[in-house]
Amino acid sequence: MTSPVDALDRRSADSALSTVLLPPVFQDWFKAQGWRPRAHQLELLERAGNGLSSLLIAPTGGGKTLAGFLPTLTDLASRPPRKPGMAKTRIHTLYISPLKALAVDIARNLERPVSEMGLPISIETRTGDTPPSRRQRQRHNPPDILLTTPEQLALLLSHKSARDMFRDLKFVVLDELHALIDSKRGELLSLGLARLTRLAPGLCRIGLSATVAHPEELRAFLLPQKSGAPLRLATLVRGAAGAVPEVNVLSSEEHIPWSGHSARHAAPEILNTIKGARIALIFVNTRSQAELIFQELWRLNEEGLPIALHHGSLSVEQRRKVESAMTRGELRAVVCTSTLDLGIDWGEVDLVVNVGAPKGASRLLQRIGRANHRWDEPSRALLIPSNRFEVLECEAAREAAVNNVLDGNPPRKGGLDVLAQHVLGMACAEPFDVAELFEEVASAKPYHDLTMETFERVIGFVTNGGYALKTYERFRRLAKTPDGKFRVAHPSVAQKYRLNVGTIVAAPLIKVRVVKQRPQKDGRPGKPLFRGGRYLGEVEEYFIDQMAPGDTFIFAGHLLRFEGLSETECYVTYAKGEEPKIPAFMGGKFPLSTYLSARVRAILADETTWGALPPQITEWLSLQKWKSVLPKSDQMLIETFPRGGRFYLVCYPFEGRLAHQSLGMLLTRRFERLGLHPLGFVANEYALSIWGLRDLSGIDMGQLFDEDMMGDDLEAWLAESTLMKRTFRDCAVIAGLIEQRFPGQEKTSRQMTISSDLLYDVLHEHEPDHILMQATWNDASAGLLDLGRLGDLLKRIKGHLLLKKLDQISPLAVPVMLEIGRVPIFGEANEEILKDAAEDLIAEAMRLD
Amino acid sequence: MTDASIIFQGETLTLDRSGALYVEAQNILVFSDLHFEKGSSFVRRGLTLPPYDSRKTLSRMQEVIARYRPQTILALGDSFHDNAARERLDDQEVATIRAITTAHDFIWVLGNHDPEPPEDLGGKIAGEVSLGGLMLRHEPEPGAAPGEIIGHFHPCAAIRSRGRHLRRPCFVTDGMRLVLPSFGAYTGGLNVLDDAFAPVFSGPLHVFLLGREGSFKMSEKKLLPDRASAFAQANRAR
Repeated sequence: MTSPVDALDRRSADSALSTVLLPPVFQDWFKAQGWRPRAHQLELLERAGNGLSSLLIAPTGGGKTLAGFLPTLTDLASRPPRKPGMAKTRIHTLYISPLKALAVDIARNLERPVSEMGLPISIETRTGDTPPSRRQRQRHNPPDILLTTPEQLALLLSHKSARDMFRDLKFVVLDELHALIDSKRGELLSLGLARLTRLAPGLCRIGLSATVAHPEELRAFLLPQKSGAPLRLATLVRGAAGAVPEVNVLSSEEHIPWSGHSARHAAPEILNTIKGARIALIFVNTRSQAELIFQELWRLNEEGLPIALHHGSLSVEQRRKVESAMTRGELRAVVCTSTLDLGIDWGEVDLVVNVGAPKGASRLLQRIGRANHRWDEPSRALLIPSNRFEVLECEAAREAAVNNVLDGNPPRKGGLDVLAQHVLGMACAEPFDVAELFEEVASAKPYHDLTMETFERVIGFVTNGGYALKTYERFRRLAKTPDGKFRVAHPSVAQKYRLNVGTIVAAPLIKVRVVKQRPQKDGRPGKPLFRGGRYLGEVEEYFIDQMAPGDTFIFAGHLLRFEGLSETECYVTYAKGEEPKIPAFMGGKFPLSTYLSARVRAILADETTWGALPPQITEWLSLQKWKSVLPKSDQMLIETFPRGGRFYLVCYPFEGRLAHQSLGMLLTRRFERLGLHPLGFVANEYALSIWGLRDLSGIDMGQLFDEDMMGDDLEAWLAESTLMKRTFRDCAVIAGLIEQRFPGQEKTSRQMTISSDLLYDVLHEHEPDHILMQATWNDASAGLLDLGRLGDLLKRIKGHLLLKKLDQISPLAVPVMLEIGRVPIFGEANEEILKDAAEDLIAEAMRLD
Repeated sequence: MTDASIIFQGETLTLDRSGALYVEAQNILVFSDLHFEKGSSFVRRGLTLPPYDSRKTLSRMQEVIARYRPQTILALGDSFHDNAARERLDDQEVATIRAITTAHDFIWVLGNHDPEPPEDLGGKIAGEVSLGGLMLRHEPEPGAAPGEIIGHFHPCAAIRSRGRHLRRPCFVTDGMRLVLPSFGAYTGGLNVLDDAFAPVFSGPLHVFLLGREGSFKMSEKKLLPDRASAFAQANRAR
């Protein structure tokens, strides 16, 4: 705690500091606003003045953006006025944001102080929306401050003009760095940053971030590293921490569901909390949850409170409408997905409601942080568990939030696909020397451990595919210059690179359009007219795949009836009724964090902590203790029981759905080998259930769950795993092996293109060690397959299995057992599907004519 | 072994799970649309795809040949992806092809991709092959008599079952014409419900999907059309 006296000292010290650091025009401006420069703003300014790169960690609303730009603005303000005939100026400061909307927003916010102080500073944005003529002009006549995205930076750096353009660059400001660092976009940015440093060696880097578990990661990201040397860290500046948030878990009066994610039971209680707040943000994990909750709230909303919906699948116009209504303060609540996790300040929000599993402590804190109208007032948040296990998860997350405990992902290793893209981009800019480029690349934190051997293989890949057995000698993308450097072999290579730059591989999407229903005939509705109609947004192709005409689903806040499909659009009509036929469950993208997983296991094991839980839940857990057993926090419980003519094995690893799916795939293979005839499995965030026709209680569980599962079984599964193939497709697109298909090209290219699945099959068979297979493997094990987590689990539970043979289903097993039939049974049994669908298994010849 | 067997215009035909067709009475094995060196043809567009497709196609051929031990083998056109494909085959692949053409009566039927197939790989070259009541050629001929067996279209069919979507190469026939799936490792497919098939068939379709354990007859009602996947042009976040 700061005593009043300390605070006073600090304040006078600050004002002394601000006199030294801030030019008078800035001091006057602050005064005119009725503001005092904050300590972290001055600290950052002072460090930057000494040429030190810094990471600023501050809560939202703490004046973070202004802090990031003060060094730039004061430096530019002291620049002597430009006289006619003087050389043109180059970019002084580059600002990079993960969202183009944020870049545009920041530019607007920056214009105000600049014009109010009358500073001669030009500010421009450059995003995918910037017209080509302006982009062209920006390369030759750049502004002082350019606000852009990682992809646009990569594009700028791939031009010959980059060397001149960035020569005088003094500052680079990386906004929302915590959000960028966990993605391939962050890797691309790290490589761009390495190049910028090469072009402007004195460059000062400023990172802006929300509170994170491992600031060292971000600090290391900001500085150029030396291969083989210990990591260098940028200095850390911390804004005053916001007040401790007030977080509560809803202790619902209603029956808490055993499973499912709708949280429909809590809708009346959510509506009540909205009534008690000025503006509430209601965060959910998936689009379908957002739709359901929105629907449910409006069903109950008799007062007609203005409640809106916002998620990434809605049309841009619709989203903009909600955003501007929000800024004008016309809304009381917005139901949203992670699309509103970041960036733009909504001002008056005073309550965050998080529906469903928080998944991670840091994630939750960032969401809660959206509700701080004033940074020194506590944020208010209410957590709504949508099922029983989520009550435990919410309680664990609440404890973490109140105690400011954060969880973080393990640092990412730079993707080789991203590196391949960057290498080509660098060759487009100017010829490169392998050793020099290696040093530059390895100075980027994610590529710190890169070996020269791997780097050379990546160059080999970029040059001619890098295949061991056959080479494309006659066509190489890179050629050697007389002095042994690599350059692009042909201008078309650079052209192609520029069309495909970026690391976001879009999922196939289908447009949703409302069409008209023909007038009724004899009391029955006529056929829909497939013309015109309102465009509602886009949904994933696989979601539409499961639908037949007549099926109903919820989208964009409406109950819709699926009518038909064209090549790129799906036609719907408005439907009546309340229950959609297609429930559209889709697990969230993020698995339960390791930290929360451990906390949940601890709560389960320790009865003394149950006091905080609603009575329904303690009853449930007590019943489990009585009918089966509760595992200790280091144990994994495995239950076996018969039910409806089948035998079930349910285990509780608490490692998230992705890792459980992988475990399910591997266990199924083992069961098959043991002759146990597994029939299927389902996984949720907490448990896994496998069933078959034989009693599973007699098997040696120690052997079954042995780490050697990650050997041959894994190898065999990966050969055909659709998840692996999906990961391969993304890597192949990013690395430039295949091209992303764009709308309109479809029809002509369909027969010409080769599906990435076929490429995967061939490569897996003939060159499994190829650099792209390596990239795919790295990605899949950290991503869709979550193998890293699975490996850790198998290690953790070795010798800690708790077996319980039961005569019937246990209370703890009910949630995952209820998922059976509700979610598609997981598996890759395409053959089974074929056999199922086949008319008959033609045993004898059949006459057609 | 559940490879579908049909009687087509009086001939017993086995529709092998690999996509090859076996004519029992004459002991003939037919492969369609091998598209050798399709992978390496992309290099001109700047895409260096894994160059192992010919190799894979050949090893799959050898596996099927070993199962049926045919006397005659027919490659039903588009065996070579382009006229320069021959030069891009490596020595080992050339040797494998020669071994196959030497050990059997081998006929290269002309296709639109290979109007002039290489002559130094063994085998005979023919525009079409007539076989009792059957006529085998690459592309359909308007007004052809019943019994025409063709390739060219790379037919595929999509179904949905157990909440999953499955798209596989297939044999397709209306009892008058039979279209073979493409055999080449990198060959994609055209949905049998696509308009391009309209002039080819006149009656209801019988479709046989290829699976790992056999070929499976699918009712026409179960078939789904394709949609072009509308890939979002660029990410909204940019």
